[in-house]
Amino acid sequence: MTDPILVTENLEKRFGGVVAASEISLSLYPGETVAVIGSNGAGKTTFVNMVTGYLKPSAGAIRFRGRDITGSTPRKTAQAGIRRSFQISQIFPQLTVLENVMMADIAAADGKGGLWGAALTKPRMDRGRAVLERFGLESHADTEVGTLPQGVKKQLDIAMAAIDDPALILLDEPTSGVSVDEKIEMMDRVIDPLKGGGATLLFIEHDMDIVTRFAERTVAFYEGRILADGPTDEVLVDKEVKRYVIGGVHA
Amino acid sequence: MMKTDFRREPLHIAILAGLLILGFFLPDWMRFLLQTALAGGLVALGVALQMRAGLVNFGQGLYYVLGGYAVGMLAAKAGITDVFLLLIAAIAIATVAGVVLGLLLSRYREIFYAMLSLAVSMILYGLLVKAAWLGSTDGFNIPAVTYLGWTPDRTVRPDVYYITTAVLTVLACLATARYLTSGAGMLCEAVAENEIRLEYLGASSRKVAFIAIVVAAALSGLGGGLFAMSTGHVDPLMTNWTTSGGFVFVALLAGRGSTIAPVIGFFLLELVRTYALDFAPNAWQMILGSVMLAVILLLPNGLWSLTEWRRKA
Repeated sequence: MTDPILVTENLEKRFGGVVAASEISLSLYPGETVAVIGSNGAGKTTFVNMVTGYLKPSAGAIRFRGRDITGSTPRKTAQAGIRRSFQISQIFPQLTVLENVMMADIAAADGKGGLWGAALTKPRMDRGRAVLERFGLESHADTEVGTLPQGVKKQLDIAMAAIDDPALILLDEPTSGVSVDEKIEMMDRVIDPLKGGGATLLFIEHDMDIVTRFAERTVAFYEGRILADGPTDEVLVDKEVKRYVIGGVHA
Repeated sequence: MMKTDFRREPLHIAILAGLLILGFFLPDWMRFLLQTALAGGLVALGVALQMRAGLVNFGQGLYYVLGGYAVGMLAAKAGITDVFLLLIAAIAIATVAGVVLGLLLSRYREIFYAMLSLAVSMILYGLLVKAAWLGSTDGFNIPAVTYLGWTPDRTVRPDVYYITTAVLTVLACLATARYLTSGAGMLCEAVAENEIRLEYLGASSRKVAFIAIVVAAALSGLGGGLFAMSTGHVDPLMTNWTTSGGFVFVALLAGRGSTIAPVIGFFLLELVRTYALDFAPNAWQMILGSVMLAVILLLPNGLWSLTEWRRKA
């Protein structure tokens, strides 16, 4: 098997006496699509926040492409090739959809000393329009983002994470806030473009239909620990997962 | 929509250049008013640049006074009168101050940035007021400047000074427009809107804010230098909070739609101030206040939004 792209070893996060995550050892392999499931407070977002450097782990190590990135910052992990989307879309509300994507592309240039040249170059505009096309957002290109429906905002949030072809993309609940009927359609619209860039994907999800449909591997979190990790069809029928994770969601 | 259409900027600056040529046909007193307003307008432009990143600098007068005193001290105390050397020194010292303060202040936002910048500028005000060798509150006079050894005659001096100020203002606007179309300039709006997202995209919002602070400092230093040259006098009021507050007002009133908006806005403010003072010496501040209130209520994005409204319609 090829080398893993991301390895976490015994990651732990404590907030005072509260243990938000512990003994999280996980390896992601290039090209995988992995779902993370677990009830609220199971440590899913804490895990994403540690990997992207937003939270410093209390213990343990994170390696990305063989390099130690434990205790890094969101900016440095982004520059290294890890991007994320957010449960509540984090976008630039007063700018248009195209301008949001442009900002993402310009921001990606910061790590490469690219802040001084003229920003709105033809290649960059073309690149931006191509991204919008890939994610089916071109009809909204010149609409101010703040006025768009929630689903489109989330789609844009995800598209922005895909700028600059990162090696690893972490999606924090890509379908939250999207109506039940549109969830699968929404995932259809974003997963293929994301995979097309060759990225390894990890997404946090509560909807088991979506997990079954889009993830080949699933990691179940429970009370800050990994309860199960394996092929999706096996994890979802696991007794403990059914009892503690899936039951918890649907009860 | 982005608040600035940078790609039209060369056109705007060409219009400014045209207007400044028309300045030759103004009565002498009004042309001089325009000349000093251009100097102040550069400082207001600096304030507007920082506002794009969500930073309101209530102490921009600090860089203005540094530029002014640099010119004044070199000319009056060190005997260097060459205008180019003086203005380069004014820009340089303000830029250095911008770098030092930028390193300290670029981590702060909103009211904290506003208050800290105000505090630092008032500390400098206090120091200058206490400095007897610099004339304390009276400041000091500055000898006439020279151009590569040529001292303009008293009869042509107003013209030469006006041309110097006008040309440098246009060049400063062009340089600012160049900055605005760069990545560092564009990302200012992203800093104002969502810093967390910007960091997660791999850019440093602190660096973007820092660059805006330094560019604004350089512009303000040039403004201070031009003011010192034009009036032949500097005093600590240049960094008093009332002066700095005026720059913030102009930046707000004129809007951030173009580099030329604060420059023209500062001149209009000076005109209103002059006529209001003439017309109603006891009520001029009320008139000024009413004009400001009207602009804020009717044109929340500043006077410049008038031009954009017409374009959209």
